[in-house]
Amino acid sequence: MAKYKGINQLSGLDRVVVGLMVVVPTLLVVWLVWAPAIGSVLLSFTSWDGVGPITSAEFIGLKNYSDVVSIYPPFWPAVRHNLIWLAVMFLVATPFGMFLAVLLDRELRGTRVYQTAIYLPVVLSLALVGFIWQLIYSRDQGLINQVTGSTIDWYGDPRYNLWAALVASSWRHVGYVMLLYLAGLKGVDPSLREAAKVDGANERTTFFKVVFPVMAPINVIVLVITVIESLRAFDLAWVINKGRNGLELLGTLVTSNVVGEASRIGFGSAIATMMLVLSSFFVALYIRYIMREQS
Amino acid sequence: MPRPATQDEYLASLVPDSVRGVSRRTLLRGALGAGALLATPSLLAACGGGNGGSGGAATGTVTLGSNQSDAVPKAAVQKVVDAFQKANSGLTVKINTIDHNSFQENINNYLQGSPDDVFSWFAGYRMRFFASRDLAADITDAWKGLSGMSDAFKKAATGDDGKQYFMPATYYPWAMFYRKSVFSKHGYEVPKTLDELRTLGAQMKKDGLVPIAFGDKDGWPAMGTFDQLNLRVNGYDYHVSLMAGEEAWNSDKVKKVFDTWAGLLDLHQPDALGRTWQEAAQTLQQGKAGTYLLGSFVAQQFKQGAEQDDLDFFNFPEIDSTIGSDAVEAPIDGYMMSKRPKNEEGALKLLGYIGSAEAQNVLVKADPSVVAANEQTDTAGYTALQKKSAEFVKSAKSIAQFMDRDTRPDFASTVMIPAIQEFLKNPKDIDGLVNSIEKQKQSIFAS
Amino acid sequence: MTATASQASEAPRVRTRNPLATRRGSAPGARSRRGRLAVQGFLALMALLWIFPVGYALLASFRDYAYTAEHGYFSFGGFTLQNYKDAWAQANFSQTMVNSAIVTIPAVLLTLFLSCCVAFVVARFSFRFNLALLGLFTAANLLPPQALLIPVYRMFRATEVPFWFSESGTLLNSYWGLIAVNVAFQTGFCAFVLSNYMKALPRELYESAVVDGAGVLRQFFQLTLPLCRPALAALATLEVTWIYNEFFWATVLLQSGDKFPVTSSLNNLRGEFFTDNNLVAAGSVVIALPTLVVFFVLQKQFVAGLTLGATKG
Repeated sequence: MAKYKGINQLSGLDRVVVGLMVVVPTLLVVWLVWAPAIGSVLLSFTSWDGVGPITSAEFIGLKNYSDVVSIYPPFWPAVRHNLIWLAVMFLVATPFGMFLAVLLDRELRGTRVYQTAIYLPVVLSLALVGFIWQLIYSRDQGLINQVTGSTIDWYGDPRYNLWAALVASSWRHVGYVMLLYLAGLKGVDPSLREAAKVDGANERTTFFKVVFPVMAPINVIVLVITVIESLRAFDLAWVINKGRNGLELLGTLVTSNVVGEASRIGFGSAIATMMLVLSSFFVALYIRYIMREQS
Repeated sequence: MPRPATQDEYLASLVPDSVRGVSRRTLLRGALGAGALLATPSLLAACGGGNGGSGGAATGTVTLGSNQSDAVPKAAVQKVVDAFQKANSGLTVKINTIDHNSFQENINNYLQGSPDDVFSWFAGYRMRFFASRDLAADITDAWKGLSGMSDAFKKAATGDDGKQYFMPATYYPWAMFYRKSVFSKHGYEVPKTLDELRTLGAQMKKDGLVPIAFGDKDGWPAMGTFDQLNLRVNGYDYHVSLMAGEEAWNSDKVKKVFDTWAGLLDLHQPDALGRTWQEAAQTLQQGKAGTYLLGSFVAQQFKQGAEQDDLDFFNFPEIDSTIGSDAVEAPIDGYMMSKRPKNEEGALKLLGYIGSAEAQNVLVKADPSVVAANEQTDTAGYTALQKKSAEFVKSAKSIAQFMDRDTRPDFASTVMIPAIQEFLKNPKDIDGLVNSIEKQKQSIFAS
Repeated sequence: MTATASQASEAPRVRTRNPLATRRGSAPGARSRRGRLAVQGFLALMALLWIFPVGYALLASFRDYAYTAEHGYFSFGGFTLQNYKDAWAQANFSQTMVNSAIVTIPAVLLTLFLSCCVAFVVARFSFRFNLALLGLFTAANLLPPQALLIPVYRMFRATEVPFWFSESGTLLNSYWGLIAVNVAFQTGFCAFVLSNYMKALPRELYESAVVDGAGVLRQFFQLTLPLCRPALAALATLEVTWIYNEFFWATVLLQSGDKFPVTSSLNNLRGEFFTDNNLVAAGSVVIALPTLVVFFVLQKQFVAGLTLGATKG
C-alpha cells in the first residue's frame, strides 16, 4: 500500500497541507493547555497575588508547598475526601455500572428503555445534578426528610455530606461506565462465548474467564476515567457549598484560593500542581498503554 | 502612547506619522482630526478625560458595574440611574449587573480586565487594598462640593495616601434583632450585660425558643459574632490592629474571645453549618427564635408592613464594663471608579450624584433595610427600624466594617472561614485553633 | 473489506447478538424464565430509581412554592406554570440561551474540524511523532482545568485583538476566547476517537486516489471526511452536550453579565435572600432541555459516540 513512510515522499503542496493540519491544532492545544500547565507549575514557586505584571512575582521556592502541607487545615481533609471519592467510584459505582452493562447485554425486552433511563444523567451537567439532588437532600423540604421525618441536613452535616455528594455523583458515573462497558461487550467476538458454552462453562465463569480478559482495553479506559474524574471532582462540591465543611476537595481548594478576592495565586498553584502531577501520573500510564496497544 | 481604550483611539493610532506631524501637539491634533474623519459621536466623550479639563457638561456613556443582582436592590439602582440621566441629559448610564457572589469572586480579574467605569464595592481595608494596588482611581473630585457626608464617612472613604477612593451609598448596622411581639408575650427585657443575656437565654430555652438564631453555611455570618465579641472583650483599638495583622492570634486576648463564644454556644441554634442566614432569619420571623445577631438586612426576610414594624434590635451587650458597648459594626456599601475609565468626567459626575442626598433618597425608599450614608437624606420616609439604625450608628463612638472588609481578603476567606467553621464544629480545641490561625496569618501577611 | 461495505455499517465492525442472550418464546425451562424475569425486574427497578430524581425535579417545577412550603411535597395541588415564567425572566434565559448557542456551535464545529485534521495525519501517515502527538492531545483532555486558570486568564488579557473581533480589545470577556479554550480541551478526545476510526478505513481507498494523482487535500475532503460521517455525527452529539454543560471557564473568562451562557445563569435563581426550590427546579429543567432534546433525538449517535472512543477500531 502506498502508505508514506516519510515526509519527503510527498509533493510540495501536500507537505504544506499536512504541516498545517498538524501544526495548527497542536499549537492551539499547546498554547491553551500545556503552556498554562507549565505556567501554573512555575507560579507555584512564587508568592504572587495576581495583581500587576507577572514579573512582579516574588520567588519563594518551596514555601507554598510546605505551607500547604503543614499549616493549611483544609488540605489533608481534602486529600482524604478525594481518596474516599476514588474508592467509592472505583469499588462501588464502576463495578455496578459494569454489572448493569452485563445484564443489559442480554438484550431482554425493554433493554432500550432501561439503557436510556440509566444513562440519562450523563447528559446533565454536574452543576445541574447538584441542584436536582438539592430537592431530595434539603433539610427542611427535601424528599428524604419528608419521608423519614429525620432532620439530618444531608448537605450541611459534615458527617454525611460527602456521602450525599457521592451518591449524586455515582448516579451519573454508573450510567457513563455502563455505556462504555456495554459497547465493549457488544464488540466481543461471539464465537468466544460459543466456545465457552460448548465447553460447559456457566455464565459467571464465561464472563470472568473469557469476556473480562478480552475486554482489557475497555477496562483500562474505565479505570482511567474513574481515577481522573475522582481527582478532578469539583463541580458538585462547589455548587453545594463551595467545598467547605466536609466537602473539601483538591479542586475546590485550588479554586477558592485562585478565583475570587483571595487571589493567593502562588499558593493555589501549588495545590494545582499537585493535582497536575497526580493526574499526569495516571495519564502517562494510560498513554503508555495505548502506545503499546497501537504499535 | 498608552494602549487605546476605545475604538476611536485605536483608529486614531493607525494614522501614520507623516500625517500627524512631528510635535506632540500636532500629534494629538492630528489624531483627533483623523478620528473625526471617521467620526462617531462618542469621540468627544472619549477624549474628554485626557485633554485638559474642558469644564463643560460631561457627555457620553458611563458604564456601571453593579453587584445588586436581587430584584429589589436591582430596581433601586435602576431608579437612581434614571434620576441621574434625567438630571444630566448628555449622559447615559449602562448598567452591567453581575450576580452578587460572582462579582465578589471575580473582582481581581474584573478590575484588571476591562472593568466598568464605576463599580460597586465596600469600604474598609478591602477598599484600601485595591486603591493601594492601583486598581481604583482617585475620586477626590467627586467629593468636592458634596454636602451631608460626615467626617466618619469621609474617613472610611479615604485611602492610605489621604485621597478619597470610595463614594458611600448605604450602610447597615449589626445588632441583636428580635420581634417585639415575642418579647412582650413572654415579658422579656433587653439585656445590657453578658450575664443578663445568659439569664435571658436560659429563660427563652425554658419557654421553648432558640435563644440566638445562627446560620453559617456561607462562612461569613459567624464572623459577625466574632467581631462583636472581640469588640466587647478587647475593645475597638485591639480589634482594628488584630484585623490589620499587627497582633498575634494566639494571644490570650484572642483565646478569651473564643472561650467566651464557646460558653455561649449552647444558646445558639445548633447545626449552624448547614443553615444559611436566610433560613436562620426565617426562624426569627416564625417566632421560633428569640434573637438573631445579624445586619439590618435581616428585615428583607420579613414582610413589609406589620411584620417589619414588629422587628426591633438592641446593641450587643457589654462584657467588660471598662470597655462598654459603644463600638458598632456598620459595613458601608458604595461605589468606586476603575483606574482607567472610558468616561472619567461622566464617572465622577455619577459618583458625586450617588453620594448626594437626592440619589440616596431614591435608594432607601426602594430598599428599606439599609440606611443612607448622606445625613441630609430625607428621613421622614424612614421606617422605625431605619430611624433607629441611623441613630444607633450616629451615636456610636467607633465604627468597624466587618471582618471580611477590615482585613486582608485572602486571610478572611481562606483562613478565617474554615477556622471559624472548625471552631463551631469543635469548640474545645481553642489552643490548636488559634495556633493554626497565627501560623497562617504570619505566612500571608508576610507575603 | 471494500469501500461500499464499510460505508454500509455505522462502525467498521460486525455486531452480532450475543448467543447467550435468551430469546423470547424459546425458554428452555422454568428456571431460566424465572431468572429472566428476575433480571428484568431488577433492571426495571434500577431504571425507575435512576429516572426518579429527574422526574421529581420535573414534578416540583410545576408546583407553587407557597403551597409546598405549607403542605409539604406529598400533597396534591398547587400546580402552576408560574415557576417557568419566573425562572425564564429571572435567569434571563432568552439571552443566556443565545449566548450558549454562540459559544457551543462554533466550538463544536471547530473542534471537529481540527481533530479531523490531526486524526487524518496520524491515521494516514506513519510519521515518527504520531504517537507522541496522540499522547499530547489525549492527555490535554484529562488535565484539571483549575490548574490552568490563571495563566490562561493572564494570557488572554495580554492578547490584544482588534475591536471588531472582541469589544473588550483583548481575548478576555470575548466569546472567541471561550471558544478557543473549549476547542483546545475537547480536540484531544475527538482526535483520539477519529484517529481510531480513520485507521480502520481500507488502504485501497487511498491507493486508487494516489494513482489518480489526488493530493492530500483532495483525499481528505473527498474520501476521508464523507466516510467519517457517522463518527462525526456521534462526536458532534457528545461535544454539543459537553460544551453546552461547561461551567467553569464560562464564569471565569466572561465578565459582562450579559455574556454569560446558560449554565452560570442558574446562580441568578438562587437569590441572595431566598432559595425557592421549585423555581430552581424549573430553571434546571429549562437548562437541561436542550441536552435532553439532543439526547432523545440523536440517541443512537450519542451512544455510538461514546462507544467509538471506547473500542479500538
